[in-house]
Amino acid sequence: MSGQVIAFFVLALLTIGGAVFMISSTRVVHMVVSLAFTFLGIAGLYILLEAEFVGMTQVLVYSGAISILMLFGIMLTRHDAMDVMVRAGWTKQLLRLAIVVFFIIVGFTLYRAPWDGAPVAFSEQNNVKEIGIQMFTHYMIPFELVSVLLLVALVGSIILAKKEADDE
Amino acid sequence: MSVPIISYLLIGLILFCIGLYGCLTKRNAVVVLLCIELMLNAANINLVAFAKFGFFANIAGQIFSLFTITVAAAEAAVGIAILIALYRNRNTVQVDEMDLLKR
Repeated sequence: MSGQVIAFFVLALLTIGGAVFMISSTRVVHMVVSLAFTFLGIAGLYILLEAEFVGMTQVLVYSGAISILMLFGIMLTRHDAMDVMVRAGWTKQLLRLAIVVFFIIVGFTLYRAPWDGAPVAFSEQNNVKEIGIQMFTHYMIPFELVSVLLLVALVGSIILAKKEADDE
Repeated sequence: MSVPIISYLLIGLILFCIGLYGCLTKRNAVVVLLCIELMLNAANINLVAFAKFGFFANIAGQIFSLFTITVAAAEAAVGIAILIALYRNRNTVQVDEMDLLKR
């Protein structure tokens, strides 16, 4: 049992444990904090997959920014309320059954698919350098479009969340 | 011995199912947004895993996941902004009380 397998099991436990704790918790703030652990575990999985730059981006964007943004969203609205399930009775049971069926179908398909692709060795080249070269040669136009999208989202969310001016 | 690809894909599948369940059953709109982020993360795990193990494995999967992270961040910001505007007007964040279009 190599160190990679042990690290994978620890990170998978952190990831899935955080998600399960999120789904079973009743307090909203606990949900956000446990999901932050899930995001950290996913970042560890990225680093295990030799995607260091994506892992660091995951830590910065998800564990840092989005968790704090969601905490702000909870604190700015009503945050003392417990979260109660919206559906009750047979609807929830039907939903659980449908999701279990979906899990079984997709999992069986993944199990049956022929995965014989050998892993690519990324380690001998610099991950950040490779991503930068690809990003600024093949993916130039999507990169610029994403920057425009971020600008539009910034301005749009400010305008949406701005307090409307009184009648004057 | 390295970890096979099927274990990464299974983690992505489990996270997607948990996110789907929470997205359909939770009552607080912030938690629904968080569950959407969880589902997007599951897709990202698949992209990065295919970037290393896929049939034509190259760095493009990681770049796609970077774009997905960017779009998810924009979506979260706009979602929270809509939520705060709605809370200011309707004084609620529960998804079953957001029925303006039904009246």
